[in-house]
Amino acid sequence: MSHLLNNRIEKKFCELKLKKQKGLICYVMGGYPDPKTNEKIISSIVDGGADIIEIGIPFSDPIADGPIIQEASFRALQNGINPDICLNLIRKTRKTYPDIPILIMTYSNILQRKGFKKFMETAKDAGTDGFILPDMTIEESKEYLEYSKKLELASVFLVAPNTSNFRIKKTLDVSTGFVYVVSVYGTTGMRNSINKYTLNAIKNIKKLSSNRTNISVGFGISTPDQVKLMSNFGADAVIVGSAIIQIINSNKDNNIHQLQNKLKNYVTTLKDACYDR
Amino acid sequence: MTNLQEFPIAGKYGRYGGKYIPETLIPAINELEDAYIKIRNNPKFKRELNYYLQNYAGRPTPLYFAKNLTDYVGGAKIYLKREDLLHGGAHKTNNCLGQCLLAKKMGKKRIIAETGAGQHGVGTAMAAAVLGLKAEIYMGSIDIERQKLNLFRMELLGAKVHSVNTGTKTLKDAINEALRDWITNVKDTYYLIGSVVGPHPYPMIVRDFQRVIGEEIKSQLKDISTRSPDALVCCVGGGSNAMGTFFPFLDDDTVSLYGVEAGGLGIRTGKHSATLKVGSEGILHGMRTYLLQDEYGQINDTHSISAGLDYPGVGPQHVHLKNIQRAEYVTCNDNAALDAFFKLSRLEGIIPALESSHAVSYAMKLAKKMRADQNIIVTLSGRGDKDIDQVINFRKKYIGGSK
Ligand SMILES: Cc1ncc(COP(=O)(O)O)c(C=O)c1O
Repeated sequence: MSHLLNNRIEKKFCELKLKKQKGLICYVMGGYPDPKTNEKIISSIVDGGADIIEIGIPFSDPIADGPIIQEASFRALQNGINPDICLNLIRKTRKTYPDIPILIMTYSNILQRKGFKKFMETAKDAGTDGFILPDMTIEESKEYLEYSKKLELASVFLVAPNTSNFRIKKTLDVSTGFVYVVSVYGTTGMRNSINKYTLNAIKNIKKLSSNRTNISVGFGISTPDQVKLMSNFGADAVIVGSAIIQIINSNKDNNIHQLQNKLKNYVTTLKDACYDR
Repeated sequence: MTNLQEFPIAGKYGRYGGKYIPETLIPAINELEDAYIKIRNNPKFKRELNYYLQNYAGRPTPLYFAKNLTDYVGGAKIYLKREDLLHGGAHKTNNCLGQCLLAKKMGKKRIIAETGAGQHGVGTAMAAAVLGLKAEIYMGSIDIERQKLNLFRMELLGAKVHSVNTGTKTLKDAINEALRDWITNVKDTYYLIGSVVGPHPYPMIVRDFQRVIGEEIKSQLKDISTRSPDALVCCVGGGSNAMGTFFPFLDDDTVSLYGVEAGGLGIRTGKHSATLKVGSEGILHGMRTYLLQDEYGQINDTHSISAGLDYPGVGPQHVHLKNIQRAEYVTCNDNAALDAFFKLSRLEGIIPALESSHAVSYAMKLAKKMRADQNIIVTLSGRGDKDIDQVINFRKKYIGGSK
């Protein structure tokens, strides 16, 4: 994991540890609901206290996503959003926020289509710090890992509640930036309650990592109480996605100031739950 | 050279195949592979599957010499492998019985499947019913509209059908939704995929359960001649009837292999499903394969008169066979398929599925160029009863109700 010392993600986690805080990772769908609003959304989220931004590049067949992100993805594509537009958005965000870590979350075919090398070089140049590919497995990751290393991009792999200890260890070895713990059996989307198996999984992975890899937990998280609970069981950061899209969707009268305030306040309440008390 | 029947090697066919899936599915895929490898040569399992294939589904299916069609075309002898006579009306039943039996041995009680035309859904519903399993089928809402009859058949057979309203609302989205269900219910659910597609080991498992088509052809040929066939012709959607037919002949270079994809309204119109012909490499539904996609990697909408060929991907082993030039992949347009549909109906009294009509159409073209002492075997993958509405509508729309 040492090859990533200069990466913004690793730096961010060091900083959070010194401040005794947990990290808050916020997901937005690139170019959704439209590129202009999207820029403002990112600003509000950063102002609210997000530590890391995850930008989704819409894909036509998002098998790991639940209805909310599927729908956002579908609508973004219908509005003509493509990877180039998303990369431009990252370029702009990088200019405004030189230090905030930015990850791309998308599906393998988006990289494959341009070629992993070319796509990752362009993404790096735009200011991206790493990738999360929910359909990329360690078995198929040779090329992906080669360019992640070369370009000092984080390659975030996922582990699920049913992942074996043997495989968790293998994943911890190749995952850089952090390991993404999928909290539930299911797709992305908000959940009301937290299962015992989720907390056990976090505890187990934390133990297996011997504190050498950061653990972020996502899928289904939307409330400060959930953030606290995940943190107490060993998460170094939490990832919130569908809940943010839901707030964007609820802004029916297109009042951008109101939306920005809502998002900022929401992110702040989540970030508040990240402080060690 | 590697024996072609040895593939997949490490889950791959050349560089194609593999497993690109969410982590939650990895334990399920591994469990499936372990269970399958353990059971596939188990005599008791084979006997049980054979029992159902013979007594329930009606195997072996005949290899029929289509004399009238042969005389009409002039040229090579055309034989039809009559999968249309199989219980359920298509080759899909071979795979459904095999996988349902496997699921049962694995202790799974809930089966999920996707379906496009509804044939795989019907096959799954039948196999689940006879083996005492619960089946839930995902089907695009547009396909439900197109194939109402099969919806009722599935429900009659006791399956629950979920209408899929996301994306293009057709087969590829039904697969997405089935995968999402599997991710959610991975512990007790078996995903019964309908063609030689998806993450390893599915393309291998489905191929193995469809191999019976080619194996039977081999032994039936011995009864009529001592020679191997000169050409095998099959339609290719995901590619399961084709792979099942080709597989036993892969290492016999005297046999030419032809896969026929849906040319739809014509390649140049963009409204087709000719993945191998004009697609490009990509990653979808757990596999590295050829896809119909745009410059950014978004999957294209496809078109075919036959819902069963209307898929933007294809089985990874076909990509390998194409690249090493062991098989040739060609296209047949909607109109030509429709013409073959009518020809076979009138000349032989056999109403073929529109999918299979693509293969019949190409075989007619091919036969003309071959000698009378040569022979072509066409896999007639299904019967056309399900397509009657579609044919009537298509004629109204494009031909103006003439003929
Ligand atoms: C009769 C028939 N033939 C062919 C196909 C195409 O599938 P495959 O290419 O897997 O054989 C289908 C699929 O629904 C079908 O119903």
